[in-house]
Amino acid sequence: MSHKIRKFTLKGTVPVAALLITTTTLGAADITYVSGATGAAVENFATLVAPWEELTGHTVTLVPMPSSTTDQFGQYRLWLAAGNGDVDLYQTDVIWAPQLADHFVDLSQAAGDLVKRHFPSIIESQTVDGHLVALPIYTDAPALYYRRDLLEKYGAAVPTTWEDLTTTAQMIQDAERADGQSDLWGFVWQGNAYEGLTCNALEWVKSSGGGQIIEADGTISINNPAAVAALDLAAQWPGTISPEGVLAYQEEEARGVWQTGNAVFMRNWPYAYGLGNGADSAVKGLFGVAPLPTGQGHDMSAATLGGWNVAVSKYSKHQDAAISLAVYLASEEAQKNRALNETSLPTIMSLYEDAEIAERQPIIPLWKDVFLQAVPRPSAPVRQDYNEVSTLFFSAVHSVLSGDEDAANALAELELDLEDMLED
Amino acid sequence: MSTLHRIMRGHSAHRQLNLQQQRVRAATIFLLPMLIMLLCVAAWPLFRSISISFTDATADTLFNGQSQWVGFDNYLERHVRANGDVRWRGVLVDPDWWNAVWNTIRFSIVSVSLEACFGLLVALVLHQEFKGRGLVRAAILIPWAIPTVVSARMWGWMLNDQFGVINHMMLGLGLTDRPIAWTASSDTAMMAVLIVDVWKTTPFMALLILAGLQMIPRDMYEAAKLDGIHPVKVFFRVTLPMLKPALMVAIIFRALDALRIFDLVYLLTPQSDATVTMSVLSYRELQQFGDYAEGSAMSTILFLIITLFVLLYIKLGRVDLGGGAH
Repeated sequence: MSHKIRKFTLKGTVPVAALLITTTTLGAADITYVSGATGAAVENFATLVAPWEELTGHTVTLVPMPSSTTDQFGQYRLWLAAGNGDVDLYQTDVIWAPQLADHFVDLSQAAGDLVKRHFPSIIESQTVDGHLVALPIYTDAPALYYRRDLLEKYGAAVPTTWEDLTTTAQMIQDAERADGQSDLWGFVWQGNAYEGLTCNALEWVKSSGGGQIIEADGTISINNPAAVAALDLAAQWPGTISPEGVLAYQEEEARGVWQTGNAVFMRNWPYAYGLGNGADSAVKGLFGVAPLPTGQGHDMSAATLGGWNVAVSKYSKHQDAAISLAVYLASEEAQKNRALNETSLPTIMSLYEDAEIAERQPIIPLWKDVFLQAVPRPSAPVRQDYNEVSTLFFSAVHSVLSGDEDAANALAELELDLEDMLED
Repeated sequence: MSTLHRIMRGHSAHRQLNLQQQRVRAATIFLLPMLIMLLCVAAWPLFRSISISFTDATADTLFNGQSQWVGFDNYLERHVRANGDVRWRGVLVDPDWWNAVWNTIRFSIVSVSLEACFGLLVALVLHQEFKGRGLVRAAILIPWAIPTVVSARMWGWMLNDQFGVINHMMLGLGLTDRPIAWTASSDTAMMAVLIVDVWKTTPFMALLILAGLQMIPRDMYEAAKLDGIHPVKVFFRVTLPMLKPALMVAIIFRALDALRIFDLVYLLTPQSDATVTMSVLSYRELQQFGDYAEGSAMSTILFLIITLFVLLYIKLGRVDLGGGAH
C-alpha cells in the first residue's frame, strides 16, 4: 500500500528515484526468524542483526516462542510438516537436527570455510546423511557451581566424584544447620520429569561408566550395573542433601535456591553464572564453577551437550536472504556479540582465546574444559523417536528418584520398552 | 391465535404453505449458517481425528498423504517380536493410558463433588439478605475470572517447597515440621491439583446454584415457616428437591470440563505419573512425540468415555436438558 503511494507521488517528477525504490523493495526481503525467548536474547537481537541488515538491505523480524524446548519443537515440526512458508529461519536445539533434517536446506556450500573454524563435534551433531542442516550459533554445557566461601570454611576440596559430593554436601549442610542456617541444602539440580532430567541422569550414568542410554550404533546399553549404581546413589539425594521438591525443579527453581544463598552445590548451565554475579544475588562473588564430578573410579566427567543452531526452511520464499543471515549469525562477529552480551558460549574455537571476551566474560575461557567433555544425547541413532526415548528414560529415572521403583527393576523395564519401541 | 391461523390457512391454502410449515422453513433458513459452522468446526475435526486414529500417521506423513490405513492397530495389535514372543500393543493395553484414565476419573469425581458441596454452601450464603451482598457476589467470581494458566503459575509458586507461602504458613502454625513438596511428591501432587481446581471452579458452581435458588418461589418458604418446620428439614424437603434440576445441569457442565482437564495438570505437575490425565497423555503423543495415529486413538477413546459418562448421568439423574417439563 505505502509502496503504491510512493510510486504514485514520485511518478513523472523523479522517474529515476521511483525506479530505484521499486527495485530495492522488490530485492529486499523481510526474513522471519523464530526463536525461544530466553534471557537477554530478545533484547539483544536488534543490535545483533543490525550490521547484516545494513549490508544486505534486508530486514529481520524476530518471532519469540515459548522458552520450553519441548513446546517449541512440537510447534515447529507441525509447521514444517505442513510446508509453512511464513517462517524462513528456525533456531534449533542441538538434538533436533536428525528429526527435522528433511525440512531444512543443506548449508555446507553456503558456509564454506566458516565450517572449519567451528568445533568439529558440534558440526558433526548438525550433519545428517552428509547434509549440514543447521549452523551452530552458540553451545551450552552444564557445570558444577560450588560455594567457595563454605568450602573454605570447612576446609573441603571441590568434589571430583559424585560420592565426594554426597559426603561434602551432607557434612556442610549438617554443620551449617547446626549453626542456625536451617534453610541450607547441600545440592540442587533438575529433577522434574522433563528433558532436563534426561540431561542430569545421562551425566550421572555416563560419568560412572554406564554408557549413554543408546550408543551411536543403535545398541540399547542402559541396563547395566554401573548405571544402576549411579541411579541408586542419586536416589539417596532427595530428602537428604537435596530438598524433596527437587523432583519438581527445572533450571530456574534450582537457581532460585542457589542464588538466595541456600545451596552449597548446584548443577546448572552457564547462564546462571552471569545472573549469580548480578547485583541482587546473595552469592555474588562467593562461588566458583568446576567440571561435573565423575563416578568413583572413573576419570571422565560428562556434561550433556546443549546449544542452539540456525536452520533454513526448505519452504522459505526468500531462501537466499535466509541463508545469508544464517551464515552471518554463525559467524565470528555475531558469536562474539552474543558472547559479550548474553554470556553464550561460542562454537568457534578461536573465540576462546579472544582477549576482549576473556576480559569481559572471564567465565567463557573457563568453560572450554567443561565443554570438551560434553556428551551428546542419543538423538542421532534414534532419529524420529528421540522424544519418546527421552520421555521413557526420564520417566523411569523419576520413578527411581521418587522411590516408587528400585533402579535395577526400572532399568530392566526401560530396556524392554526401548527395544519394543525401536523395533518397528 | 387459532382464529388467525384458520383465516391464514383458508385464505392461502391453495398456493402457500400453512403457518406451521412456514415457521419450520424460516427456522431452517435461520439455523442453516449455524449448522454449517458447526459442521466445519466440530463435526469435520471430530471425523478427521477419528479417521486418523485408524492410520499410521506421524507428524511427517500427516500432510503428504503417505500414511497407511492400519485398522484397529492403534487400539489393539498382536505383535510378534523378532525372537518369537507375542506382545499385545496399542492404547487399550497401555498401562500409562489406564493410569491416565484412572487419574482423570478420580480427579473428576473428587473435584466435582467438592465443588458441588462448597458451591452449594456459598450459594446458600449469597442467597441471604445482607449488606454488601452485590459486592461479595462479584468478588467471589474472581478465581473463576483468572485464566487457568495464570492461576496455575500463581499456585505453583505458592505451593513451592522453598519459597511457597503455603508451607511458610503451615510451618508457622506448627501444622508440619518441615516443608511439603506439594507438586513434586507423588503423594501430594494430585491433592495440589485438586486444591487449585476447587479454588478456581467453586465460584462457577456457586453462581449456577444461586440462579437455581432464585427460581424457588418464596411462598414455599413462607408456608414452611408458618407450619413451624425446622430449617434443616426445609432444606432437605424443599430447597434440595426444587434445586435438583439446576444442580444436575451445573454438575454435568463441571463433569464435562473435569474429564478433559489439561491446562492445570500440564502446568502444575508436568509429566508426573500421579496426575497425568487422558488429555495430557494424548497431547504428549500428538505434539511431543508426533505420533498422530496413537494420539488420535487416545482422543477418540476420550471422546467415547465422555459421551458414555454423560449418557449414563442423564439416564440415571433423569436430567431434562430439553426443557420439555414446562
